[in-house]
Amino acid sequence: MGGEERSEKTRRVVFVTVGTTCFDALVRAMDSENVKKELLAKGYTHLLIQMGRGSYVPTKSEGEGSLSVDHFTFSSSIADHLRSASLVISHAGSGSIFETLRLRKPLIVVVNEDLMDNHQSELAEELANRKHLYCASPQTLHQTIADMDLNSLLPYTPGHATPVANHINRFLGFPDD
Amino acid sequence: MSLMEKANDCCFSSVLSIATLSSAAFVVTLILVRVLYVIYCSSRPLSKRASKPVSTLIILGSGGHTAEMLNLLAVLQKDRFKPRFYIAAATDNMSLQKALLLENNLASESGTDVAVTAQFMKIYRSREVGQSYITSVWTTLIATVHALWLMIKIRPEVILCNGPGTCIPLCVIAFIFKVLGIRWSSIFYVESIARVRRLSLSGLLLYKLWMADQIFVQWPQLQQQYPRATYVGRLM
Repeated sequence: MGGEERSEKTRRVVFVTVGTTCFDALVRAMDSENVKKELLAKGYTHLLIQMGRGSYVPTKSEGEGSLSVDHFTFSSSIADHLRSASLVISHAGSGSIFETLRLRKPLIVVVNEDLMDNHQSELAEELANRKHLYCASPQTLHQTIADMDLNSLLPYTPGHATPVANHINRFLGFPDD
Repeated sequence: MSLMEKANDCCFSSVLSIATLSSAAFVVTLILVRVLYVIYCSSRPLSKRASKPVSTLIILGSGGHTAEMLNLLAVLQKDRFKPRFYIAAATDNMSLQKALLLENNLASESGTDVAVTAQFMKIYRSREVGQSYITSVWTTLIATVHALWLMIKIRPEVILCNGPGTCIPLCVIAFIFKVLGIRWSSIFYVESIARVRRLSLSGLLLYKLWMADQIFVQWPQLQQQYPRATYVGRLM
């Protein structure tokens, strides 16, 4: 009973999201022993996977000295899952990336190398260079988790659309406010 | 006699063909000059001060694109940019819903009817994510015909778009309308924040064809690559 209470307090959730895409390579990587081992070593207790349109179903697990694993396909409350997570592992879609960064959650972005037009790595790499997140591939994910130092990540300051609006107004001949 | 007739005939047909050719050349030159004039005018701010609201077409992408566009709409003066027409891909249900939510909030704040200030429409998509470039030529053609119908109905003064491909047919038609003198619209393209080093296909097309009045980019290194683009910082 006391153990139960304690585990609620020290519950540290890793939330994995692939958005509306199909990204089996990431789900499979999350299900692999070496990734789970590294997460456990870092003190995470729960793994929750949003698997989207993917067909690979990870094995559920209850915990008991290992990582507790659960999964679902889609949810309207992704924001709640992000909020309650201690670490977010996401596909490289800009929506997921900026939603996570705005919530100031540590983030590892995994780039889907199977996409035809793989421009998505551009954004993830740029933000990784600026130390707002970590960038990995499904193959290197376990290494990234092992090497990461979440204290070295810098908080992201959201941008603003006012400069664009000003340009458009001036171009059309509207007076400045 | 018959020889002379033949010679006359021959002479007449050659004159005719020269006349056809030169008039065709004249028309082509005229169109070319007009196109160049439209491009020249588009690259410069409108000369007269705007006093009336401008009818605005907002082309929504999907997912991240829509989020960026809504961030821009949040700071745009709604009394200047009205009425607003929203167009999204037929396969994308979320984007129009989000725009409708925004417009409903605006309407309830100002106590007006949404139907007066905003309209929502769907368009066939020119290219799905992951579709090959070759088959997208055909689907773009179908989308263009549908786009023509919508543009004839809307004839916007301002077009705001930020990709993906949905905006290309609409922008091409808007440009042709400018050349033909049907309607002058200012086309603004905001490249997605996801593009750090290279423009997207839509952005590149509008840039290379000189079709957008202004192309905004969100990363300085992208502006260095495409000097005619304007760097505006991050929207997200």
